[in-house]
Amino acid sequence: MSGPAVLMRGIGKSFDGVRVLDQVDFEVRHGEIHALVGGNGAGKSTLMKILEGVYPLEEGSIEIEGSPVRFRSSHDARLAGIAMIFQEFSLVSTLSVAQNVYLTRESSDRLGLIDDREMERRTRALFETMEVDIDPGRAVDDLPTAERQLTEIAKALSQDARVLIMDEPTSSLGRSETVLLFALMERLKAKGISIVYISHRMEEVFEVADRITVLRDGRNVWTEAIDDVTPKGVINAIVGREDERGFEWRPREGGGGEILLEIRGLSSGPRLRGVDLELRKGEIIGLAGLMGSGRSELARAIFGIDRIDAGEIVLNGRPVTVGSPQDAIDSRIALIPEDRHEQGLVMDHSVRENALLPLLARLSRLGIVNDARGDRVVDAYVDSLAIKTRGTDLPVRLLSGGNQQKVVIAKWLATEPMILIMDEPTAGVDIGTKYEIVERIRDFAAAGNAVIFISSELPELLAVSDRVLVMRDGRVERTIPRLEIGSEEDLHHAVQGVH
Amino acid sequence: MAQGGSTDSIGGSLRRASRAFDWRQYVIYIGFVIIFVFFAITLSGSGFLTPTNLLNVFRQTAVITVMAVAMTFVIGAAQIDLSVGAVAGLASVTTAMAIHSFGLVPGIAVGLLTGLLVGSINGALVAIVAIPSFLVTLGMLGIARGAAMWITDTAPQPIAEETYNFAFGSGDLGPVPTLAIWAIGAVIIGHIVLRKTRYGRRVLATGGNAVAARFSGVNTRQMTFLVFAVMGVFAALGGMLYAGRLHSGRFQWGDGDELSVIAAVILGGTSLFGGRATVIGTFLGALMIGLINNGLILMGLESSQQMIVRGVVIVAAVALTRRK
Repeated sequence: MSGPAVLMRGIGKSFDGVRVLDQVDFEVRHGEIHALVGGNGAGKSTLMKILEGVYPLEEGSIEIEGSPVRFRSSHDARLAGIAMIFQEFSLVSTLSVAQNVYLTRESSDRLGLIDDREMERRTRALFETMEVDIDPGRAVDDLPTAERQLTEIAKALSQDARVLIMDEPTSSLGRSETVLLFALMERLKAKGISIVYISHRMEEVFEVADRITVLRDGRNVWTEAIDDVTPKGVINAIVGREDERGFEWRPREGGGGEILLEIRGLSSGPRLRGVDLELRKGEIIGLAGLMGSGRSELARAIFGIDRIDAGEIVLNGRPVTVGSPQDAIDSRIALIPEDRHEQGLVMDHSVRENALLPLLARLSRLGIVNDARGDRVVDAYVDSLAIKTRGTDLPVRLLSGGNQQKVVIAKWLATEPMILIMDEPTAGVDIGTKYEIVERIRDFAAAGNAVIFISSELPELLAVSDRVLVMRDGRVERTIPRLEIGSEEDLHHAVQGVH
Repeated sequence: MAQGGSTDSIGGSLRRASRAFDWRQYVIYIGFVIIFVFFAITLSGSGFLTPTNLLNVFRQTAVITVMAVAMTFVIGAAQIDLSVGAVAGLASVTTAMAIHSFGLVPGIAVGLLTGLLVGSINGALVAIVAIPSFLVTLGMLGIARGAAMWITDTAPQPIAEETYNFAFGSGDLGPVPTLAIWAIGAVIIGHIVLRKTRYGRRVLATGGNAVAARFSGVNTRQMTFLVFAVMGVFAALGGMLYAGRLHSGRFQWGDGDELSVIAAVILGGTSLFGGRATVIGTFLGALMIGLINNGLILMGLESSQQMIVRGVVIVAAVALTRRK
């Protein structure tokens, strides 16, 4: 019991020769809430995966309570008292709360059979110490998100976890649930349990954290007591100074055409609560906002994937009903989805088949696909987007991430949309391809079309957008013309809601 | 304090009671009763309700029940085994041949080992080589059936060992057929293992969410391997019961049983997607299929019509038990 709860020193990690962590020191004291912040790709998750035993320790050392450890699996880390509260929950939804909490550590009766009553009793006692009220016998399936998260925490505590790692724990919680979670975190802290709190939400970081560590480009920029820093200071440290990455905004012509798309009071599900938006011909608007602010949900609603509960969509002055993606395609709206593996491509199908999938109806006569016409379309886009492939018959899974993304873009440009919605189109794409994608977006808009561009990477958002809409809690909170945004920091402040 | 405690537990049990009242879970029971009453009324003159007839239903479904108990674990682990019928046929002939050559006890051992061997190969291919169980066991269906035909030259293998025939399906202990004892025994043991042991809990966790199970310390590959190995043994036992009841081993025994076995499990309320399973439900599912077959025969329907009615009932029942 000497030394801090966790002491990581000189941690380094490379993937395929790319340095993602370099000489990182990270210390967690007993009974503190330690915020870990940084931009996308700063190395937060990698550092935590090393601490949880998911990635092996290659460079540097880890000490728990002063004694050196070397985890071979996440199970080892659990035994040492390190527990990850998963962002995507790690519960078996078909089992009950108590059965999940004690999975693999079931109570047994005299005959050696599982004693569910005893487990429910112990779980109930555990919930009492946490001061939460969940029926331990309920199936996890029936629990709301917040209660699943509490179940995960109970599971970790039942294993005598001393350090909890929470990755964006509030991203799927409402405000009142967040308050309850923070109160629980305070109580755990009082019992000497340490919490590593990963979050993009600066307000919440300043609300709960005792200390804060900023990572940027795989390095620890600094670790400070929360009282010694300001939100602006933290944001500056996250962004850094030199990091413009060559994305420059160029004034563009023709952004002020007539109104193409108008959205009024659009609501859908719990995450979208009355969005108003106006999109003109030739215009590119950027959607900024935190995780869970409703950006992807807006894209899904416009494209007819999620059911619209209220509000209207007016296209070219006429109200339209978009009940399915086919309706959207017919209205000449295209969506480049967030996850190209799951939503964008059929990975085992060829470049050609993927690119033509939304076009099949248009290329067919009496149900027979006109292959020659299809080939011409595909070849034209492979050319114009400079897709590097050994042939259009190659399965897309053999292409690099950047080229796969270009296939998704080709697939949707081929439908000749007027409105292109792009959700994180540069995620997992190399820097060269990012420039090309940005260039394509500009060309597309310059031809009199319009783009809704969603990105968490503020430099590229600033590079292409004529206006930036900041979303928060399912609404458009602010609309800022590009020329009024001085720097990336300004936009950061707007997204975080600090002034 | 004591008062507070008791109010709590009353509140708790009320909550539990209301939670438990999800009628979907009871479709199999309701359906079973409806079908039983329907046949009891419409077929009251045709001897449906006589003890002999009902015992017959039991006898006819016993082998399916035994195999379906193990299949409940396979499907609960989000896997499938299509080879059970063929394995039953193979085990029936290996048992018969071993009894002929080596005697009773070696015969029984060879039969069970046949199932264990085939099940272990299935399990290893699914759990370790990571081939989908649908493909592995579809292949094994052909292999096991072919092997049974090959080693017997497609000839029936008679069993003259009376003790064997008595114990494995021909005999009666008082009024109770031995077949029924096997079936009931399998159901009781299966129910306890699924509900009350760590093994059962881990199987369900594996089927419900393999990633979460692994992160909780469940060896999901081991669980997958084991459900197939045990399935093999139970399929072999099913074949041995056919052999004992019909005094011979034949490669045809069990032909097509995989469909009845899977139907019984799904009808019983076990989720085809894994994670949710019930052995008691499976038992009723098997009995329900038996009742339908029996009732339709007594109604004088042709076998072609029986097949259609059976198919409709199964699809309808599964549709009703589906959660949204």
